[in-house]
Amino acid sequence: MERVAIVGASMTRFGQRDAWVRELLAEAGAAALDDAGVDGDDLDHLYVSNMASGEFEGQTGVPNALAHDLAAQPAYTARIDQTSSSGGAGVYAAWQSVASGASDLTMLVGGEKMTHRTTAEATDVIASLTHPVEYKHGVTLPSFAGLTARLYLDEYDAPRESLGKVAVKNHENGVDNPHAQFRKEVDLDTVLDSPIVADPLRLYDFCPITDGSAALVFCPEPVAEEYAPDGSYAVISGIGGATDTHVVHERADPTTMGGVVDSSDIAYEMAGIGPDDVDVAELHDMFTILEFLQSEDLGFFEKGEGWKAVEEGVTDRDGDLPINTSGGLKSKGHPLGASGVAQVYEIFKQVTGDAGPRQVEADTGLACNVGGFGNCVTTTVLEGSQ
Amino acid sequence: MSDHESDETSGSDGGEPTFEAAEYADGTVTHPPHTVGPNGAERVGTVDLREYAGRVVTWTTSTATPPGVREPNTLAIVEFEMGDGYDGPPVRALGQIAKRDETGDAADGDGGEQFDVEIGDRVEPVYADELREPGAGIREPDSQDWDGFRFRPVE
Repeated sequence: MERVAIVGASMTRFGQRDAWVRELLAEAGAAALDDAGVDGDDLDHLYVSNMASGEFEGQTGVPNALAHDLAAQPAYTARIDQTSSSGGAGVYAAWQSVASGASDLTMLVGGEKMTHRTTAEATDVIASLTHPVEYKHGVTLPSFAGLTARLYLDEYDAPRESLGKVAVKNHENGVDNPHAQFRKEVDLDTVLDSPIVADPLRLYDFCPITDGSAALVFCPEPVAEEYAPDGSYAVISGIGGATDTHVVHERADPTTMGGVVDSSDIAYEMAGIGPDDVDVAELHDMFTILEFLQSEDLGFFEKGEGWKAVEEGVTDRDGDLPINTSGGLKSKGHPLGASGVAQVYEIFKQVTGDAGPRQVEADTGLACNVGGFGNCVTTTVLEGSQ
Repeated sequence: MSDHESDETSGSDGGEPTFEAAEYADGTVTHPPHTVGPNGAERVGTVDLREYAGRVVTWTTSTATPPGVREPNTLAIVEFEMGDGYDGPPVRALGQIAKRDETGDAADGDGGEQFDVEIGDRVEPVYADELREPGAGIREPDSQDWDGFRFRPVE
């Protein structure tokens, strides 16, 4: 199996955008092609990660639309929908296309247009992934987070403030990200005094609704220097995908995300590393509680200890294991199909030494992209070329 | 609606609604029912969860609810006590917490004062013929049922 390199990357500004999904995808796609120094018609495969462009704006067939807009015909195209983990699943598909030898040059573009919908409408589109016995009770992804946060705080004797500190940290990181939706710090009192959304979680425990797009260009590692002669490429040293139950209450331990455990086991084994070898990580902090769960289920911290790492500053940008240097979904925003791609974009920037003011010392980075409430997960490990 | 989607109540034929879970050949029980059990075992029967005591595993009150859902919406995950003879995975359900009417009993509709629950509280299911307004949200109204069981504390 061929090792796969990433030789081009881009992302649009995340936030409330006038552009619609086709335009957002084209903006990121054109920039990534430019970054890799290639044209659309150089691509063998073109994938689009997108959860719900049909439901959000009545636009389907986005991969073919993008191929036309970027003059990428006759590239093979496919849309990758895995709800909030569509981006990670797209990384997996793009990696697979090159690793298998089916494609010598693949581009993945993830994007979503959401902000023209009300919060209630957008929440319902996302909640439509739930099982009928969940949906009819009015469950939403934020309410899953509230249910899990209460149980976690109770089981592990964690203070409510520790969740708020995730939001404070990630907003602080987002200040230095020119693509982030929110580039402003928040203090702990603001988080803890914000309106309740799903008790015990409050407004600042949740990521915003976002428009945006991100893109990556993949090729076999042996030819990576043809596209990145200065060595500014990264290698996917490990990648794993896994699922957990569709029905959230059927999990043995509701505070454990089995898909995170299983996908990271696969990715670590492929990369030949363990969690202690990871220098920087982007986790799917759609809700603050998810940063605790994933940091534990990835093996960074013992079960029930993730909150202590945040309290002790371990996951700060200048800590031993920086988490969400991009600002995370919390500050950067969460345009569903784009988020997993943007996570890998941040790790690509970190391991190639191109993260600007967000730069940390990192040879190996990890991105964990979660769909549903841990229903589907892709974990990707990147290593810098130098 | 297919048999697979008629997965919680079985009273639509005029009989008393039951809180339906599936039993599989290896003795495990799940709610909702699935085609096969968690270990791949064949589905062999049903269990009515109204016959078992339940305890609150966790709960939340959601204040930002989607179209057609009561606001606020208090939800709980409830685990059923299946007895000493049961050694399968935990049997749980997610459901709304009921509201009380003027008499203190569980209200049929969305009016009334919310029952309070805490982790570990004993609860019992109470039937509601409409948990959420069909058609108000994105899901096709005919694709699933909309009745089911809320929970109220056992005094």
